[in-house]
Amino acid sequence: MWRVVDPLDVFLLRIFILDGLTPDLIALQLFTGLALGAIYVLLALGMSLLFGMLTVVNFAHGAFYMLGAYAGIALLGIGVNFWLCLLFAPLIVGSLGLLAERFLIRRLYGRGIDYPLLLTFGLSYMMVEVIRIVFGTNGLPFETPDALQGASDIMIGYFPTYRLFVIAVAVVVLVALWLFLERTPYGLIIRAGARDPQIVRILGIDVARVWLVVFGIGTGLAGLAGLLAAPLQGASPEMGASILAESFVVTVVGGMGSLVGAVIAGVLVGVVVAMTSLFAPEFAQVAIFALMAIVLLIRPQGFFGRAGLMS
Amino acid sequence: MLNADFVARCKRHRVVLAIAFLIIFPLLMPFKAIAVNILIYGLYALGFNMLFGTLGLLSFGHAALFGGGAYACGLVMLRLGLPWYVGVFGAVLAGMLIAAVIGAFAIRTRGIYFAMVTMALAQCLYFLADQATEFTGGENGLRGIELKTIQLPAITLNFVDPLTRYYVIAFFVAIALIVLSRILASPFGAVMEAVRENEARARACGYDVRATRYLAFVLSGGFCGLAGAMQALHLSIVPLETLAITNSGLVVMMALLGGMGTFFGPFVGAGVFLLLENLVSLWTVHWQLFVGAAFVCCVLFFPRGIWGTILLGRAR
Repeated sequence: MWRVVDPLDVFLLRIFILDGLTPDLIALQLFTGLALGAIYVLLALGMSLLFGMLTVVNFAHGAFYMLGAYAGIALLGIGVNFWLCLLFAPLIVGSLGLLAERFLIRRLYGRGIDYPLLLTFGLSYMMVEVIRIVFGTNGLPFETPDALQGASDIMIGYFPTYRLFVIAVAVVVLVALWLFLERTPYGLIIRAGARDPQIVRILGIDVARVWLVVFGIGTGLAGLAGLLAAPLQGASPEMGASILAESFVVTVVGGMGSLVGAVIAGVLVGVVVAMTSLFAPEFAQVAIFALMAIVLLIRPQGFFGRAGLMS
Repeated sequence: MLNADFVARCKRHRVVLAIAFLIIFPLLMPFKAIAVNILIYGLYALGFNMLFGTLGLLSFGHAALFGGGAYACGLVMLRLGLPWYVGVFGAVLAGMLIAAVIGAFAIRTRGIYFAMVTMALAQCLYFLADQATEFTGGENGLRGIELKTIQLPAITLNFVDPLTRYYVIAFFVAIALIVLSRILASPFGAVMEAVRENEARARACGYDVRATRYLAFVLSGGFCGLAGAMQALHLSIVPLETLAITNSGLVVMMALLGGMGTFFGPFVGAGVFLLLENLVSLWTVHWQLFVGAAFVCCVLFFPRGIWGTILLGRAR
């Protein structure tokens, strides 16, 4: 699990030792939760997009996340700077997603909802192993870019600059995605395709191509999340495994297929993890599953899920 | 060559045939250790298949049931100091209990949600076992589960001997096979298949779909718990990884590879998977790549799995 919530966090520990549990410390930890939530939001957005539009539950989502981090390492290795990585790594991962959709997943549409899930699960096995062959089985470090090192003053105290950057990137991506889906003709087609693919097809639009694009966007978002997380936790072939379960929790809490739900639940889960790790660090990893259990008891379809959608 | 009458007779006596196969199986295998593994994972896949194959409910959290059973067996023997058969019994109960708890949450959701929720809750159990270090051994796993000899009224069995160990475990597997066969042949088994084929119609016929799913999940937990106990006795240690996601995924792969919804398919799947793993790892450490590829091909081209495809060929 991501160590950003580690109580040994240097900045927070210093305050903790000097002043004890102050409101400032709690506020700072809230920000840590937001940064963690930003990663969750990006992952869950991609997952919800794939489910809402294609009814594909992508079990390779964690693997695409991992690929994002390694794409960053490969690009940095050939001398590309971090800012261009931010653009190219998601593009590379998204392109791989396109290939997976075009040649594998497309064959399974209409054959029951379990098959794409099983296929992507097998695919994630292969992706993890390929990365092990190419980059080795051990994790690799990922340097925080120079411009984003250190801490910035955010009125209530100093906060690691890179985490602020992560939050900012997530917000920019969110706005861009919203504008794309709500304000462009292509976004209109995607939304229509999600609601009734048959009618869209009758209107003369190539739905298969729309789904291809959506799959590319979803996996690209996972790649971006992986790249953003890499400076915080390093990169390892297994980094996608546990984040997959966590992004499932976010998607279930938010409601499957709901983009608004993905955003709100992502932030909420991030904050819950950060807060639990402040007050009861030993329960930080269990807290999000407890949250999911509570949500399932009260509202089985999640915050914004439609009842009966899953049948 | 094989007429329909013969096939039908085989189907009727599937338990006898399966047990007969289990008896001669180790004699065909070069290494007894693989045979024991296939037996244990076959039982695990059997429990999983009952849910996915018969009821059509895909769980990605079966490691919690298998691992829970393994831990329960080990804890009963180590912490309570009770004999091994109590441990095995405890493991079956623990598997059912964990399934009852996970099921209580997961059954509230339907369809694809179920896979995600079971996976998340299994992950939760993994973290709990990791945290309770003094009780479960944490990352080091639960060590020191010892079973050397088994005292029976007439004879003493040497559990260290691979072949004896195989037949002791095969005994429990045989019981599981008989019980499972009875369940599948019962009216309840028919309702499970009805729910898989057409949920709305089953509900309209007056069957309680949710209760059927819940009960099937709990029963599946019992089989997987038993498999877990066998694993604990076999390895004399319960690694923490027993509860990990990979172990949940493993059983999904095995069941699908073998042929879900078939009676003997899970054993075929476990056997093929483990043999493939052993063979490929002889010349490369990257066996996961090949197993993953085999699985992807299976999903794409042989959704009925190996055994299911063979049965289909026979039926034609």
